Order: sequence, then structure tokens, then C-alpha cells
Amino acid sequence: MATTAETTESIGLPATSEATAPWAAAFERFQQELPASEPEAVRTLRLRGLERFISLGFPTQHQEAWRLTNVSPIARGTFVRPSATTAPKPEDIAPWTFDAAARLVFVDGRFVPGLSHRDGLPAEVFAGSLAEALDRTPGEVEPFLGKLGTLAKVADTNPFVALNTAFLRDGAFLKVPRGVVIREPIHLLFLSSGEEGRTTVSFPRNLIVAGEASQVTVVETYTGTGAYFTCPVTELVSGPGAVVDHYKVQRESREAFHVAAFQVLAERNSAPSSHSISIGGGLVRNDVNAVLAGEGIDCILNGLYLAEGKQHVDNHMRVEHAAAHCSSHELYKGVLDGKARAVFDGLIFVHKGAQKTDAKQSNRNLLLSADAIANSNPRLEIFADDVKCTHGSTVGQLDDDAVFYLRSRGIGMEAARSLLTYAFASDVVGRIKVDAVRHDLEELLFARLPQGEVVRQAV
Amino acid sequence: MMLKIKNLHASVDGNEILRGIDLEIGAGEVHAIMGPNGSGKSTLARVLAGHEAYEVTAGEVLFEGQDLLEMDPEVRAREGVFMAFQYPVEIPGVSNTYFLKAALNAVRKHRGLPEMDAMDFLTLVRQKMKLVKMDESLLTRPVNEGFSGGEKKRNEIFHMAVLEPRLAVLDETDSGLDIDALRVVADGVNTLRQADRSFLLITHYQRLLDYIVPDFVHVLVDGRIVRSGGKELALELEAQGYASFEQEVVTA
Repeated sequence: MATTAETTESIGLPATSEATAPWAAAFERFQQELPASEPEAVRTLRLRGLERFISLGFPTQHQEAWRLTNVSPIARGTFVRPSATTAPKPEDIAPWTFDAAARLVFVDGRFVPGLSHRDGLPAEVFAGSLAEALDRTPGEVEPFLGKLGTLAKVADTNPFVALNTAFLRDGAFLKVPRGVVIREPIHLLFLSSGEEGRTTVSFPRNLIVAGEASQVTVVETYTGTGAYFTCPVTELVSGPGAVVDHYKVQRESREAFHVAAFQVLAERNSAPSSHSISIGGGLVRNDVNAVLAGEGIDCILNGLYLAEGKQHVDNHMRVEHAAAHCSSHELYKGVLDGKARAVFDGLIFVHKGAQKTDAKQSNRNLLLSADAIANSNPRLEIFADDVKCTHGSTVGQLDDDAVFYLRSRGIGMEAARSLLTYAFASDVVGRIKVDAVRHDLEELLFARLPQGEVVRQAV
Repeated sequence: MMLKIKNLHASVDGNEILRGIDLEIGAGEVHAIMGPNGSGKSTLARVLAGHEAYEVTAGEVLFEGQDLLEMDPEVRAREGVFMAFQYPVEIPGVSNTYFLKAALNAVRKHRGLPEMDAMDFLTLVRQKMKLVKMDESLLTRPVNEGFSGGEKKRNEIFHMAVLEPRLAVLDETDSGLDIDALRVVADGVNTLRQADRSFLLITHYQRLLDYIVPDFVHVLVDGRIVRSGGKELALELEAQGYASFEQEVVTA
């Protein structure tokens, strides 16, 4: 470690701790692999990320934003960046794919062209690897990367965003020019594989730039096998009047850590939506930060999380109304079984001058077992005086009277409970507009719920 | 005998609500139970349907000779006991039709009948809907979600018509209905009256009994049946109110 401390000092970094030193060392090695052709600005961005990460350190439960989520298994863990793995075969990824205008596949964070296509996209749309774009057309990327609205501020406070920034290299870069409408979804598939006895880590960095009056749907799927750590950041710019539907389907392995951030910068009259489906992972944290920066924005943030066993899933939402006449509607629902633990923290922040804001936030948790726990913390901070803001949160069990009602019609106890569980989740499921995503989720629910065949028949 | 209730006592949260009910309902008969609020009417309905919040502390209930209290609620339903709820539950995301199909098939399976296919089921459903003059749009909507009070009650009778029970318990199905909706519900019940099907109507008001004429009327006060008689008893109640019957309990 002595050499590490020396090296980091030599580039003017703060002193590392026991937990951050290995990351600084890994950064040194990582930097040496990078092509010299990369723009200076990107190198600076990374270095700044590392600097912030070292200053912040891994969060502890003494910090408000991490009070209920203990990341010490990550802080104490030893991770390796994946060795060049053999790419999976097309049939290996088949269960995760669907008809899409384009599919970009990343294995352990690296783009795999052989499994990817962009057959359904107009020529003027860029959909490809961020690494490639950084090498070939850095000017397209630079104005947006790491610069979204309060992103700088968030990167300054969220160590995982800082860490991702330090190690950013590959991921998806999508650029939809002004006025282009893409009806079919673009699918980003991230596969991770824990190696024998080595826990791997990847830092996918995605940048989606939807031009003025464009329309695009993006589905991100995260999955994998074994023990690994995925730390993705996605940045979305929803240009003036753009309609952007973003889906994230988190189906990581149960041994995986998944700590992600989604940063949205919405410009005037745009309609961004985010649908976060969180099913896999052992320790999961999703931060969604949306900044409504112009007037007339209609923003939707929906989420569904299912957790069982000892899964821990934390959703932190922050919606900033920075301009007048915007609406934001959030609906997050969770179904928790076993000893699962869910955390929801949602802040609606209305800036001075953001009059006529219409903000709604709802978080509902269904506990199926006595040992499952859900914490819900809705927050409003309002600095304008002519706004309509509501929030509500519930943590509860299945309604005995509803179970009885179904049983009184001849439906068995287990099937009745499953039907009501499905019913609870159904409004979030029903709002998923991408058929393949909705269908997969329905199938997963039928497979997972006891007596799921009765549920399938009854819905 | 369709239903035989002997000395039934039941409590909820340690409070005794039913304090010794005796009642016999023959096949094809329509019985009405009337009583003031808090007399235990709805408790009786829920105990018969098997609600787990109610503890039966004494007595027995035989349904066609079988021990009803031993059965889970869904088994009671499959055996042919139906309860129309006073407050039907809304179930978002579950279609009224598909739900009913799952329920009917559970009942049919229990009776050793094959599952009904989609076409036959649809024919059956269309036919039964006419009984309660239900709008077809209520079929595709989620169970009771956004239904008006009257639509919910009609939907209960519709469920009953599809499931074709042997014993139907209607828990204050008339409450909150305007006269037109009440007529529709009553017509539905009257159409379903037959020699091997019995009804237990639970109501606070005599009004329902103008449209569904019962064979027997019982007055329930403070967890006991204090008077039984023919349909004219309902008129007596209407004229005198429950007060005089409450008196009977005190003097008894």
C-alpha cells in the first residue's frame, strides 16, 4: 500500500483510507490502459470523480442518505475488474432479449458488438458504445457527460456516482436528433459474471441525449450470475418537447451488489418517464434524481420492487421543480416477503418561482411476512407559494376482508393472497408500455406467486 | 334440512355478539333476519361464510347435514354457500369476468365437474348478466373497482347467479340502494328462487321484503332471535319499530 499512497499523493489527491486505497490503486492501473487519444476533459472528469470519492469515502449509516442502508459489505469487499471474458453466445442472452429497434449488449461493462444491432434505427441516430464515441467523436459526448443539472452536486455527495465517474469508460451512448421519432424500444442489456473466487465490479456509464421534439424508449436490463458489484450511472437529457420513456429492469443475481444512479435533466415541455423494476440483487440501491429545468414538463416516475429472503432494496428519489407549470407524478410500490428490507426516501423540492407545480408522490409497501420491513420517508421542501404537492406512504399487509371476500367465492387461501398481491402490483405493471417488459414481469409474478396459475387465469 | 343452526355463540375480540341462535332453513325457503344495528345480523352472516375474525364459542351449524364450521371459507363456497357482502371489496387489476371464471372453475372442480371453457363461460355470463340488468362494461372492469354502490350490489347478485349456490346469505344487500336498484336486485333473487335453493336475507328494513317475499321472518336482538313468524311479522316491525322487541329481551 505504501507505493499506492505515494502515487496518489503525487497527483494531488487527498489521503486515502483503508477502504478507498485499493480503489485509488486500481485507478492507477486503469488509467494506464486508456487510449491516449481520449480528450483531456474526460481524464479530468475521472480524476475529479476519484478525488471526490476519496474525500467522501464509502458512506456510513451516520449519514442521513444512507441511514438505513449499510454498504459496509461493499466497503470491506475486495473487487477485481473483470478479465477479458469470452462473450456469451446469442442463445445465452435470448431469455433477456426482445424485438427492439436496437440492442446494445455489455458484458461486465464492456460493449460486445457481436451481440448487438441497430437494425431498426434511422441513420442519423447514434446508438453505440460510449468508449467508442469518446475515442472517435468526443465532441458529441463532452457537452453532456457528467454535467447534467445538479449532477455535479450529486456527484459531489454520492460516493458511488463519484466512483463510477472515476472509472467511467464504457456504456451506452444514445443520441436522438431533433424531431426523430423512434417507436420501437432501444434495449441496453448489461450482463455480469462473478468469477470463481473473485468478485468483479463494473461501472457502466450511459448517456442518453434526446433532442428537441424527439421520441425514444430505452430499456436497461441488468442481470448476471454469481457474486459481483454493478455500479451504473445513467444520465438522460430530455430536450425541449421530447418524449422519453426510460425503463430499468434490475434482475441481478441474488449475490450481487447493485448501486445505481439515474440522473434526468428535463427541458421545457418535455415528458420524461422512468419505470424502475427492481427484482434481483442482494444489496440494491437506486437513486433517481430528476431536475425539471423548464416550464411545461410532465414527468412520471414509477417503480416496483419485489424482495424476499434477505434482499435489501433502497430507492432514493429526488425531484427538483426548478421551473413553473411542471407536474411530477411518482408511484413506487413494493412487495416484501421473508426477511427482506425496503427503504424508500422521496424528496420533492420546489424552487422559489416554480409556481403552479403539481407534484404527487406515493409509496406503498405490502408486507407478506412478519419479518419483512419497509421504511418510507416522503419529504417535501417547498419554496414557492402557489403549488399543489401531495405525498402519501403506506406500509401494510394484505387486507383480511379482501382475502375473505375471494375465499367466499371459492378461491383457495393461497390463491386469494396471490391474487391480491398481484392486484397490488398491477397498477405499476399496467403502466409499463413496452409489451415485452410488461409481459416478462407478469410471467415472473405468475411464476413467483403461490398458485400463480390461478392468478394467470383470473387476471 | 338445508341449514340447521343450534345454540350458536360467537365472539369477536372477546366480545360475545351471538348469544345462542337457533334457526332451521328448509330447502327452497326464504328466511329474513331483521334487527336493529348491532344486534348481530352481519356477524351471523360472516360466521356462516367463515370469516376468521369471529370465534365460535359454542353451538353447531349443519349445512345439508355436514359440519359447516369445520370447513374453510372456500370449501363452504364450493359446497354451495354464498354470501353477498354488505361492503363488496374492490380488487384492482383483477378482471371481474376472469375472476368469476376462476371462482366458478374452483367450484366445479370441487363438484367433480370439468372446467368450463371460455366460450361456454361467456354464454353463461351474458345470460346471468341480464338477470341483474348489469352493464356489459362491468364485466371487463376490475372487480368492483370504481363501481357505484348499486353496481357493487348488483355485481354480488351476478356472482351469485353464476356460482348457483344452494344457500345464499344476503348481508344487507338492500342498504343504500334506490328503489330502482332494489327492484333489480330483488328481481334477480326472485328469478333464482327454486325448490333446492334457500335464501337468508339479512336486513334492517322491511322495504326489501315488499319485493322478495319471505317464508319466515326472524327478529334478532342482542345476539338472540326473539321472535319468529311469517311475512306479516315484518309489517309489525315496520309499524312498531324494534323498541318493543328490545323490551322483550329485557323482560325475558
